[in-house]
Amino acid sequence: MISLYLEQTSYLHRMPAGIKLLGMAALSLALYPIGQVSILFGLALLTLLIYASLGRPALQGLKVFRSLVPIFALIFIMQAWSVGVYEACALLLRMGTLILIANLITLTTKMDDMMTAMMPLFSPLRLFGVDPKRIAFAVTLLIRFIPVLMGVTQHLLDAWKSRGGGRQLWKLAIPLTIQSIRLSDHVAEALASRGGIRSVKKP
Amino acid sequence: MQDKSLVQIALYAALIAALGLIPPVPFVTGIPITAQTLGVMLAGIMLGPWRGALSMALFIFVVALGAPLLSGGRGGLGVFVGPTAGFAIGFPFAAFATGYAALLLRKLPTFPATLLASILGGIIVLYVFGITGFKLVTGRDWLDAAKIMMVFIPGDIVKAVIAAAVAQAVVKGLPDAVYTRR
Repeated sequence: MISLYLEQTSYLHRMPAGIKLLGMAALSLALYPIGQVSILFGLALLTLLIYASLGRPALQGLKVFRSLVPIFALIFIMQAWSVGVYEACALLLRMGTLILIANLITLTTKMDDMMTAMMPLFSPLRLFGVDPKRIAFAVTLLIRFIPVLMGVTQHLLDAWKSRGGGRQLWKLAIPLTIQSIRLSDHVAEALASRGGIRSVKKP
Repeated sequence: MQDKSLVQIALYAALIAALGLIPPVPFVTGIPITAQTLGVMLAGIMLGPWRGALSMALFIFVVALGAPLLSGGRGGLGVFVGPTAGFAIGFPFAAFATGYAALLLRKLPTFPATLLASILGGIIVLYVFGITGFKLVTGRDWLDAAKIMMVFIPGDIVKAVIAAAVAQAVVKGLPDAVYTRR
């Protein structure tokens, strides 16, 4: 539902999440000193070929990058104007490739596996008395309530439109905030009456 | 941390995701302004500095796990290597600063107090992170990075005003719900 993960199997899906994350970290360091447009272009093309090897859904997933076009255009103009067109191309190719590679990990790794791979980052929190299980519970709660609050938002939008709408759409944030606060009170009561998070076995 | 705080943190993070659903309003600069950074300001005001920051950290963590929760349906690890990475990483710090400032300004009436807090946390602190991230990713110098980011400022000032207006309305409707105004 609310994940960019592609439900399929591939060589990238089978690779462990930790290896993929370390690989990306290494690649981002390796890419940094490269300044030749030809090499960067080749690498970008290679990354796109990997997308193609995953099939059509992966390529369609590239649509989400449309929202980055304005900021990329802005960076290109500024860079071309102050340093040069060649450097601007190199910068955009390097940045674009890195984003594509990072997105590739997201497309081929289940959220559960990603969380397991990232959990060691939270172990220092034990020193402050925070149980990593609570983090897992909070993540579950967040993911569960996104569709609920999106539903509330949609209802408010529909009601707004049926009353004639108008430009002051921001006013919807008021009932949305109030309803979220009420909802969180109800959820907290429901949780308390069931014995609290300590009683949750596996979130 | 109590269970109730944990629920508030999680639900508030879900609210930020829902705010990403409100259609972006094209602003004078031609760059659409989205409701999401409005949510960052409101997190600090509604939940206070610590819980506000935790709820933003949770939100960003779930984005990193692969949920397309940022406005425009963006998400995943790509966000953290892109030109706007600093903003995403700065969300928890901006929420903390907003909440902390709102607590300090508690003696002022709601609207000016939350407006000032939103400008300090949601604009100044957030842009320190945003510009630093932009500089690191694009390799430009500070002044250039700051200049490019300026196009977003007018939209963010509008959002700070909206955050203050929302805070004022919520204080009227549910006086106990706004942590920094209790």
